Amino acid sequence: MPSPGYWRGIPSRLRLEAVRCSSCENVVYPSRRICPHCHGTKWEPAELSRTGEVVTSTVVHVAPDDFAMEAPYVLALIETPEGARLMLQVTDCELNEIGPGTAVNLEFRRIRAEGNSGILCYGFKAVPAG
Amino acid sequence: MAGIVGYGAFIPRHRIRSEEIARQWGKDAAAIKRGLVLEEKSVPGIDEDTITISVEAARDAVERAGIDPIKIGAVYIGSESHPYAVKPSGTVVVDALGIGPEVHVADFEFACKAGTEAMFVALGLVESGRVEYALAIGADTSQGAPNDALEFSASAGGAAYIFGKRDLLVDVLETYSYTSDTPDFWRREGRFYPRHGGRFTGEPAYFRHVTSATRGILKKTGMNPEDFKYAVFHMPNGKFPQQAAKRLGFTKEQMETGLVVVKMGNTYSGSSPTGLAAILDVADPGDKILLTSFGSGAGSDSFVLQATELLPQRRTTGRKVWSMLDTPLRYVTYGEYAKLREKIILND
Amino acid sequence: MREVAIVGVGMTHFGELWNDSLRGMFAEAASGAMADAGVDHLDGLYVGNMAAGQFVGQEHLGPLMASQIGMAGIPATRVESACASGGAALRAAYIEVASGMSDLVMAAGVEKMNDGADVTQVLATAADQELEAYHGATFPALYALIARAHMATYGTTEEDLAWVSVKNHHHGAMNPKAQFRREVTVEQVLGSSKVAEPLRLLHCSPVSDGAAAVLLCPLDQAARYTKRPVKILGTGLATASLSLADRKSPAILDAVKDSAVHAYKMAGVGPGDIQVAEVHDCFAIAEICCIEALGLVEQGKGGAAARDGLTALGGKIPVNTSGGLKSKGHPVGATGIAQAIEIVEQLRGLSGDRQVQGAEIGLAQNMGGSGASSVVHIFGRV
Ligand SMILES: [Zn+2]
Repeated sequence: MPSPGYWRGIPSRLRLEAVRCSSCENVVYPSRRICPHCHGTKWEPAELSRTGEVVTSTVVHVAPDDFAMEAPYVLALIETPEGARLMLQVTDCELNEIGPGTAVNLEFRRIRAEGNSGILCYGFKAVPAG
Repeated sequence: MAGIVGYGAFIPRHRIRSEEIARQWGKDAAAIKRGLVLEEKSVPGIDEDTITISVEAARDAVERAGIDPIKIGAVYIGSESHPYAVKPSGTVVVDALGIGPEVHVADFEFACKAGTEAMFVALGLVESGRVEYALAIGADTSQGAPNDALEFSASAGGAAYIFGKRDLLVDVLETYSYTSDTPDFWRREGRFYPRHGGRFTGEPAYFRHVTSATRGILKKTGMNPEDFKYAVFHMPNGKFPQQAAKRLGFTKEQMETGLVVVKMGNTYSGSSPTGLAAILDVADPGDKILLTSFGSGAGSDSFVLQATELLPQRRTTGRKVWSMLDTPLRYVTYGEYAKLREKIILND
Repeated sequence: MREVAIVGVGMTHFGELWNDSLRGMFAEAASGAMADAGVDHLDGLYVGNMAAGQFVGQEHLGPLMASQIGMAGIPATRVESACASGGAALRAAYIEVASGMSDLVMAAGVEKMNDGADVTQVLATAADQELEAYHGATFPALYALIARAHMATYGTTEEDLAWVSVKNHHHGAMNPKAQFRREVTVEQVLGSSKVAEPLRLLHCSPVSDGAAAVLLCPLDQAARYTKRPVKILGTGLATASLSLADRKSPAILDAVKDSAVHAYKMAGVGPGDIQVAEVHDCFAIAEICCIEALGLVEQGKGGAAARDGLTALGGKIPVNTSGGLKSKGHPVGATGIAQAIEIVEQLRGLSGDRQVQGAEIGLAQNMGGSGASSVVHIFGRV
């Protein structure tokens, strides 16, 4: 990912900044202009907990070139206690111990690198809790 | 008086055993384990580096300090494996933790003592009143060339300390530094692996600086080894710090809590700071702690510290060093290690 | 709105067509369709294509392709909706003819995937780049997440998934245009290499090159071009959140259901009237979810359909008689048009060994992304 797009995503990717809709109270991640639930446009800042639960998951064996060294890796849809859902890798786990309901903590990790000389892109991955 | 208001440590979950490295190179594992006193070492995941370790360690430190991160006025990361040659590690840490943008940030390098170097400067800025809180981190994903003795020790991990003037968990009673130009270990710009002077790293480098700094701070404070409950010296391997302790008159009991190297390896800039974190995980109020780092090139920073009444209640959150060391995820083969440490030449 | 018919069809073989270029494949399919209808001019052209810019570095396909068939000058536009680009092009052509704007319009689709690009990465650009692809999501992975959710919710099994591939390969073995004209067994599918668990290689459609084209005109002019026009009874296009995280349930493809509701309503038919269907089986789980969303089987019962023979030739509702994306091949931008061609040929009675006897009403459903776009067309014999 080139620098400008990565840089714009820093609040959500590095700090899990989300927003809470002032009219329907749903937490939306990352922030956007119009609430997908009620079309509201007033927001309060919210921060996601660094915990969650797996909704559904897979083990990726055939990866894009940028992720070839990470394969096989677990990719999962994670729901945080605030009700926000994120697609994240699950790292530091036994590949087949992850499934619906697995409790996870979110840890700061290097997500991708732009080749051997481009920028390094950070964010969160899930790690099995406990 | 200024001191430590929050601390945290992070150690990656993969390990490799000394036997596995010895097997790869046809070396005598028993002799190496005896000679270096190293059982296993931490190995960073392919998605871990000095920045990620710093963020995780610092997050626990902020939580234990119970402060608003925006009040941190300086952030220093000491490492010899900053992921970028040019572009600071600290800026990522600052943005990840919600510090700044009104903050002074710098990456430090002084071989294995860059972590205590960061602590020294952070402490000074807080004492002077220049900033309210300062965060100092020592972290590394250490490099050691394949088939070099360093490969048995070079590991990954780090610790973070927040300095302040109120609600101290640890008082800093004194500091002392001892430095000279001693080329015992180095890595030239653009080179992948460090080189070292073999046995020259011992007497003229490690032992001279560690013992001089420690004797210096004892003299400065008028204290004796027996005044301390705990001591931690930089841990390039398991043997050197124990020999240094013996020469200086410190006992096995004073050393064992902070002697994380046996299970963790040498996390370079993170080594003695992580040993200190292991001590803070268990120290009782009033306990005095001696910390002496060593960085090749060469120099040592010494600190005399004392745990406060607040320490036990603040450390109920966050990760403990020995519990991280005692619960590795898995032991990797040398082949997996070579992949994780990116020692295999790949196509673009 | 005018009634609209398809009066000509043409397509290339699907497969690894090393000798054929993007433009060459388009020209072959387009001239086939024009010859089928006996026409030498067009009033308009829509080219469905997902990613020629990434696969071969070529954008701006409208004028390029028009000029390849001697039609430089006509209105020509590329339509992109990821893997639903072909279906979306067909819908655009339909709307143009039905509206009275143009009389003879071509809807084509083309994709050249085997030209050296990182296919996994290119396809992943149809996922949410910021929320999914950033973290290493691939298309097989997204459908694997859908599959695991379906399995957890409805008890669908890996063997159910395998039966979809077995059935579609059985159909494709009879299709001379198919990339894989061979049968596979459940054991072969379950023994193939893992792509994104639970999906294995033989649960996944291949990387394909190919092109397909159909000609549309007002129904009342169709007799000029063919004795066997096929009427477009209804069209529906619907979308859902691009990102799986934003959907109520990852096991349910709402866009497919919504696009079907529109098409059924417009056609004045229901799922029970459909005698043959082409459904977007980019991965085995997709066919299972789609036949549920289309109402061809009850929600949650899609897993058993292939295993029980319900969706095979000779079954209650034959699905993917062409071999589907799995066996026929999936040159992504061309797929939606190729699906329409299979239904047109079924309704014309020209499907040979694959013929569904007496088929009068058929449906084609084409999907983009992890189900974020779905296009349904319903066709009727005239
Ligand atoms: Zn709302």
